[in-house]
Amino acid sequence: MKRIVYREWRIPPGRYWGILGILAVVIGLGGLSALYLEHQGHWVTGMNNFVVWGVPHVFAVFLIIAASGAVNVASIATVFGKGAYQPLGRLSGLLAVALLIGGLLVLVLDLGRPDRLLVALTHYNLRSIFAWNIYLYTGFIALVIAYLWSMADRMGAPFKKLIGLFAFGWRIALTTATGSIFGFLVARQAFDTAFLAPMFIIMSLAYGLAIFVLVLLFSFHEECRPVGDKLLMRLKRLLGLFVAAMLYFTLVYFLTKAYGAKTHGLVDWVLFDGGRYSALFWIGWVLIGALVPLGIIHHPVLGQDRNWIVAACILVVLGGLATLYVLVIGSQAYPLQMFPGHIILESGFFDGVKSETATYRPTIPEFLLGLGGVAVALIITAVGVRVLQFLPESLADAALPADAVYLPTASDRE
Amino acid sequence: MKQQHPEETIDQGRRAWFGLAAGVTAAVAAPGVVLHLADAAPAVGTEGVPVTAAARWGLLIDTNKCLEGCRDCVDACARENGLDRQTKPAAQSSAAWADQRAVWLRKAKLADNLTGRVTNLPLMCQHCEHPPCVDVCPTGASFKRADGIVVVDRHVCIGCRYCMMACPYQARSFIHEAVHDQLTGVPRGKGCVESCNLCVSRRDHGLASTACVDACTAAGHGAIVFGDMKDPASPISLALKAMSSRQLREDLALNTGVRYAGL
Repeated sequence: MKRIVYREWRIPPGRYWGILGILAVVIGLGGLSALYLEHQGHWVTGMNNFVVWGVPHVFAVFLIIAASGAVNVASIATVFGKGAYQPLGRLSGLLAVALLIGGLLVLVLDLGRPDRLLVALTHYNLRSIFAWNIYLYTGFIALVIAYLWSMADRMGAPFKKLIGLFAFGWRIALTTATGSIFGFLVARQAFDTAFLAPMFIIMSLAYGLAIFVLVLLFSFHEECRPVGDKLLMRLKRLLGLFVAAMLYFTLVYFLTKAYGAKTHGLVDWVLFDGGRYSALFWIGWVLIGALVPLGIIHHPVLGQDRNWIVAACILVVLGGLATLYVLVIGSQAYPLQMFPGHIILESGFFDGVKSETATYRPTIPEFLLGLGGVAVALIITAVGVRVLQFLPESLADAALPADAVYLPTASDRE
Repeated sequence: MKQQHPEETIDQGRRAWFGLAAGVTAAVAAPGVVLHLADAAPAVGTEGVPVTAAARWGLLIDTNKCLEGCRDCVDACARENGLDRQTKPAAQSSAAWADQRAVWLRKAKLADNLTGRVTNLPLMCQHCEHPPCVDVCPTGASFKRADGIVVVDRHVCIGCRYCMMACPYQARSFIHEAVHDQLTGVPRGKGCVESCNLCVSRRDHGLASTACVDACTAAGHGAIVFGDMKDPASPISLALKAMSSRQLREDLALNTGVRYAGL
């Protein structure tokens, strides 16, 4: 095994500034959208009193859970002793922080009063899982930065295992809490289940890894640094495992909902009668986000081709956005069950009159704000790898450390 | 060795300067202090008196008396709280605006799926004993007063809308547009969440009833009774004892402050 050498991302300046320029334009558009929202009020969005969280939340939640998934690559090396993942740890940590900052920015800029961020940081209601998340997000950023220090600095090396273990526990807590934001909503049929917490964890593993592989392959390809086939196959198989697990969780979630009579209507609606939500579920969540990537990953020919692996990762990301669109927005559009056993004939407000679902037509600023968050995450990553030594010089299979050797204990021998 | 100090003299100029500064400060601060004291003094009614848990305000709605097509309570609520002053942003469509304007109280007409029996009722914040909106609010802007009224502190609300996600009754509205022409007694502002507050300023001025109850009574329907649910002699307590009533979404065990009879 060779020593791992990390080096800054030295692509030609023209190319680098070109990438930064494109990202800056997207960020600028996102910023302008945020200003527009703040100045005009939310009437310029498709959000209303019934679908109160729209496209910005889809992007924000996606980025936040992807962040906790991205750091998992580092955990696999530090906590689970897989040596081949060790050189990936630094990029994994950087990406996690970048994705989280991008997601949080979208979340904050979509507030009705973003100018009151200081209020959110000084007033806490500790019964609220949202308030807990403020601690968990900021703590996560601090912890991952410490983790990066322990990975990059000789002084920090003795603490790496401990910090890595703590960061792993923290990211589980963070995604549990993000899932619980929805799971704790007892009033809504689509939520109101603790099952959403582990489901969000498994989703985070898939989305975080897909984004990680995309960033890794892109940055290495740009500079002609080698990525070994063995390593890529391992990452690909792991992605396949996470996507399959996500599909299993999806199945169990809907089976749970289909079992109780009070949620029959919800399941019928999401799966069959929901119009674009049903289309997004089958085409986005199931087909693009899971079945097609699984097909590519396990295909004997396509699964060996890097371009197809990249395609599978892109599909997982797009499918993830569709999944969260259905989960976050569809669940609000479906009417609350305020009067079981009754049908609402008329109402002065949206109350699901004659079982109608709420209207939500997202507007362009909402998408621009969300994409701005994605661009922020990418620009932090791009600047990070350029100025600091995050990327290993080579990920050729021969250059990778071996997995930690499993030493049988006395009890195993008996 | 003892150190020799020059003889200290009193700097009269400095003393005069301090005196002047103190005088100017007092002259500037005094009117503020006087005004502050005047402001803090209790005025008429119960204003300035801390709210206690001795009372729990609530409503009883007799759906049998609630008439189809009557909107008196809805209009009275809108007038009382300045909601009738809302204006649609010029560029917004009427359909989208209908879903974005604030509504604190609405009428709903239901039919029983089995029997087809039709019920009309007003629907608003149910002022739960265990309000989900208060539980989820990250900053504590949504809170329950000691007298059971659930309100939003507009100074602390950051507009995250998590309370709206949590409310089982869709009772809350988000202010989607800039608010001009608002009532001084009911401050409203873009980017915050609001809902029925049982005419809280009337409570704080020691007045009886709410706008919706007054309107319903004036119309001769008497479908809504307001009062202290903890006072066994109050009209609402007596009515609750006399007739069977229920809470909406009883399964959630929120112990609502609004009860419905005939549903």
